[in-house]
Formats: sequence, structure tokens, C-alpha cells
Amino acid sequence: MEKKKSNFAITWKKHKYKYLMIAPFGIIFITFTLLPVLVSVVLSFTSFNMVEAPEFVGWKNYLDLVVYDPIFLTAIKNTLFFAIITGPVSYIMCFLFAWMVNDLPRIPRAIMTLVFYAPSISGNAYLVWKLLFSSDSYGWVNAWLMKLGITQEAVYWLVTKEYIMPILIIVQLWLSLGVSFLTFIAGFQNLDKSQLEAGAVEGIKNRWQELWYIILPSMKPQLMFGAVMQITSSLSVSQLSIDLVGFPSVNYAGHTILTHLHDYGNVRYELGYACTIAVILFLIMMLCNIVVQKLLRKLG
Amino acid sequence: MKLFKFIGHKLKQRKLKRRNRSLGGDIILFLVLGLFGLFSLFPLVYTIVSAFKPFSEIFIFPPRLTVDNPTLDNFFDLATIVEDFTVPLSRYMFNTLVITGVGTFGTVFLGSMAAYPLAKYVFPGSKLMSNLIVYALMFSTSVTAIPNYLIMSKLHLIDTYWAVILPAVGGTLGLYLMKNFMVQVPDDMLEAAKIDGASEFGIYFKVVMPLCKPAWITLVILSFQQMWGTTGGVFIYSEELKPLSYVLSQLVSGGIARTGVASAVSLVMIIVPISVFVISQSNVIETMATSGIKG
Repeated sequence: MEKKKSNFAITWKKHKYKYLMIAPFGIIFITFTLLPVLVSVVLSFTSFNMVEAPEFVGWKNYLDLVVYDPIFLTAIKNTLFFAIITGPVSYIMCFLFAWMVNDLPRIPRAIMTLVFYAPSISGNAYLVWKLLFSSDSYGWVNAWLMKLGITQEAVYWLVTKEYIMPILIIVQLWLSLGVSFLTFIAGFQNLDKSQLEAGAVEGIKNRWQELWYIILPSMKPQLMFGAVMQITSSLSVSQLSIDLVGFPSVNYAGHTILTHLHDYGNVRYELGYACTIAVILFLIMMLCNIVVQKLLRKLG
Repeated sequence: MKLFKFIGHKLKQRKLKRRNRSLGGDIILFLVLGLFGLFSLFPLVYTIVSAFKPFSEIFIFPPRLTVDNPTLDNFFDLATIVEDFTVPLSRYMFNTLVITGVGTFGTVFLGSMAAYPLAKYVFPGSKLMSNLIVYALMFSTSVTAIPNYLIMSKLHLIDTYWAVILPAVGGTLGLYLMKNFMVQVPDDMLEAAKIDGASEFGIYFKVVMPLCKPAWITLVILSFQQMWGTTGGVFIYSEELKPLSYVLSQLVSGGIARTGVASAVSLVMIIVPISVFVISQSNVIETMATSGIKG
């Protein structure tokens, strides 16, 4: 016991400033992020309607969700389909566009960064897509298709189950040059340019070689960050779906894990069940993260 | 003499920039940038133009991207509606100012200060903390909002600015972003500062932060945007403590008669984050060829 205490004292003395620098954030993080997450995990094993006290039900929620809730399976299917396309595509887009923009002189670069980032900066400007894909002839897409004689009458874009997912994917890709894009831009600004110079001397011939042999390896931390961002954002789509195709969407074609959660948490007030959905989504994201981090380590 | 050196340096930089670049490649890149740029910009231009459309032009068939008789009516309508508020507009603006200012400063300062030890040192608990920070990003905030509410009310923070500021500051995105940039700061720079007698805080503030300027400027932008868009929800219920974005979002849900006003609102809501973005981006000075971070 005595020894342990002195160990603790030594550790504290040695790393005191590090702990002190983490402490202010740490306290806020534990109180307002970590604690709520832990409470949610505990609630996922209960039946809780926010009025009565939570009642412990063991694994029942998990069993119900995976075995007896066919809509949840639809939600998982939709979410994975959506994420498998938008995740990697927008990740690559973020990187490539940041790379291209970085090649421009200073002023055009600032302008192009703004242009690409504009959809993410403008709050709910994506609602404009609702007008574009509006189901009457006032919608832009319909108006032009009819004017050009491609269709005779207005297509019900946002309420036809075949079109819902593709439209959500298009809008998400339009929105996707966000956090990761800015991070990559900042990463390029931090890049050591003498390395590129050295590379050119050592026989790097074109921009693709430069990208592969010099830039990618030295931007690994940013790439890791971007990957985590893409995983979380592509798997947690919900507001976009609710705003564009309504809730619930036709035939649940735009139903995702988080809209399912929204259904139980904000509409039916079955909070225990909603927490179970959150835990499952969390596990899926963790799994994706482990896989992607392994892949990224192999790079360069 | 110094001037010549400077010009020489600039020329060298320019030459460097063009190395390994073919004309064909440049053309393809510009085409791709231009095309996607239009795709990216189009709905925004539409929003901006709509704000200046008179009512008669909003529902023209087929819809157009141009406006024949641009008008400021939508903005006047907006002003008239705003005048009728029980709480003056300046009060909402003040609330937004406090929430956005304190929230952004807290996120950037506390997050990056905690990021520095985690990025550059290994010590008991550092691995666990780093993992918690990544995985905390993955838990749905719509579920944690309810435990958060309970915690807030226990601490008597409901219906104060802190109820929206603290959860944002406690988010881990900023820390994780800063940590990933700070890893790249070379160790010998830290060693050199230590030999000069700098404290850990001094190193963080005077060595690491200046080197990571592009990173924390990015974080300022992201954090500002998040705080600017927050409506307070159930965490702030007093009308006189609500932020601007709350009251403006209330206006938008006013039905078809307010379509024009809604466009005007969207424009107003966009302009501030865009200005912040432009100002802070122009503050990021290109890191010099030799003094940059060595990876």
C-alpha cells in the first residue's frame, strides 16, 4: 500500500503539468460528454419513458431490436448502403479537392476553398434541394425535364421509393466538403515544402508520384482525423433524411439508424429502446473505425 | 540587401511551386474544380437570388436563376416582423454573441491545451484518454441530450448560457483535431524550448500553437459555425436568453406566404459565418519553405 502511494506521488510529480493542462477540459468532458454516454449505456438495459423511473429489463431491448424489429433491419440496410457510398467517396473528394485547391495561387485558392465549403457553412441551405426536386412542375428538375421533353409530367422525386436513396446520396455528397476538407487544407498548409523540393531532386517525376510518396505519408494524422469524421458523419445521417424526404419516409426508403432512434426517442418517448439503438450504432462505428485505421496504417 | 534576399526567396518559392506540374494536368484540374465548383455553388446562388425576388417572381414557371425586378421587399418584411417581437432583436444578437464567443474560445483554448500533452507525451492514462476522445465522437448526441439535461438541472445550469456552451466545449472534435496536428511538431523543437527554460504551458502557448495555426484557425471556423447555429432548444427556455438563430428559424416555418422572407433569413444567417470564414482563412499565412513543420 505504501509503495503504491509513493508510485502515485512520483507519477504525479513527474507529469503534474500535463495533468493540469488536461484538467479543465477533462472536467467538462467527463461531466457533459462521458457521464451522459455512460448513463445512456445503462439506460439501454432498461425500459424508460421519462415519466416513470427506469425499469431494468436486461438484454430485452437488444433482443427486440435485432430479432423483432424488421424496420430496424431496413434502417441498418439503408444506413450501411448510404455510408458505403458516401463515406469513401466524400473522403476521397475531400482529399483530392483540398489537394487541387492547394496547388492554386493564394487568392484563387481562398475563393475556391470558400466555394467548396459553402454548402457546409450555410446551415440548412440544403433545403434548397427540396425546391429543386419538388414534386410539382415548379421544381427545377421537373421543370427542365418537362421543358426539354424528357418527361411528360412531374416526377414525384422525394416520395418515390426508388429515388429517395439516390437523392439523399447526391445531397450528402454535395454537403460533404466540410470538416475533413478544411482539415486537409490546413494539413497542406502545414506541409514542409522543403520535403517536396528534396523529392523533386531525388527523381519524383509528376504530381501523382509526389502525392503518393511524399504527401500521403506526411499527412497521416490528418488522414486519420478525416477518416473518423467520415465514418461518424456518413453513419449518422438523419436530419437530412427527415428534412428532405419526410418522416417516416415512403416505404421507409429513407429510414436510417438515427431516424429510427429519433422515432423512439423523440416521438414515442421509449428512451431505453432509443439508447439501445445508440449503443448499436456506436458499436458499428467502432468496428468501422478499427478497420479503417488498420487500412490507413498500411498507407505509404 | 534584405529586400533582394526576400525577392530571391519568393522567386525560388514560385519556381518550386511549379516543379512537377504539367500543363495538361493543370487544365484537367481546373476543369474538375470549375465543374464541381458550379455544382457546389448553384443552390446557394439560388438562395441568394431568391432573397431579392419580388413575390410575383417566386413562383414563375419555369423557375429561373435570374431576377427581373430585384427588390429589397423581403428584407423590409423581415424588418417589420422583427419590430413586433416582444424581445428586441439586439437582445437576441447579444445572446448569440456571448454564446458564440465564449463557446468558441473555450473549445479552442481548453481543447488545444489538453491536446498538447496527449499528442507529445506518453504518461499513465494518456492512451486511455486518447481512446475515449476518439470514441466519444461516435456516440449519438440525440440520446445523450436527455442525461445531459438531467445533469444540467442538478447543477442548476438550465436556462443559462452555460447549458449550451459547456456541452459544446466538452465535445472532443476540437481536441482530436488539434492532437492530430500537434503530433507533427518535431520533438527537437520542444527540447530546444525546454533547454531555454520554457514551462510546459510556455511551450504549448509559444511554440506549439504558432506552429499549428492553420489547425486552430480551422477549429475557430468549425466551432463558430456550430455555436452560431445553436438554437438553445430545451436548454434555454427564457425568450430573453434565446439566440438569434432560434428566432430566425421560427420565422422560416411561416408557410408559403413567407417564402421570400425565409430566403432573406437564410441569407442573413449565411453571411456571418461566411465573413468569419473569409477573415480567418486570410489570416493563415503560408508557412515558409524552411520554417515549416518537418514531418
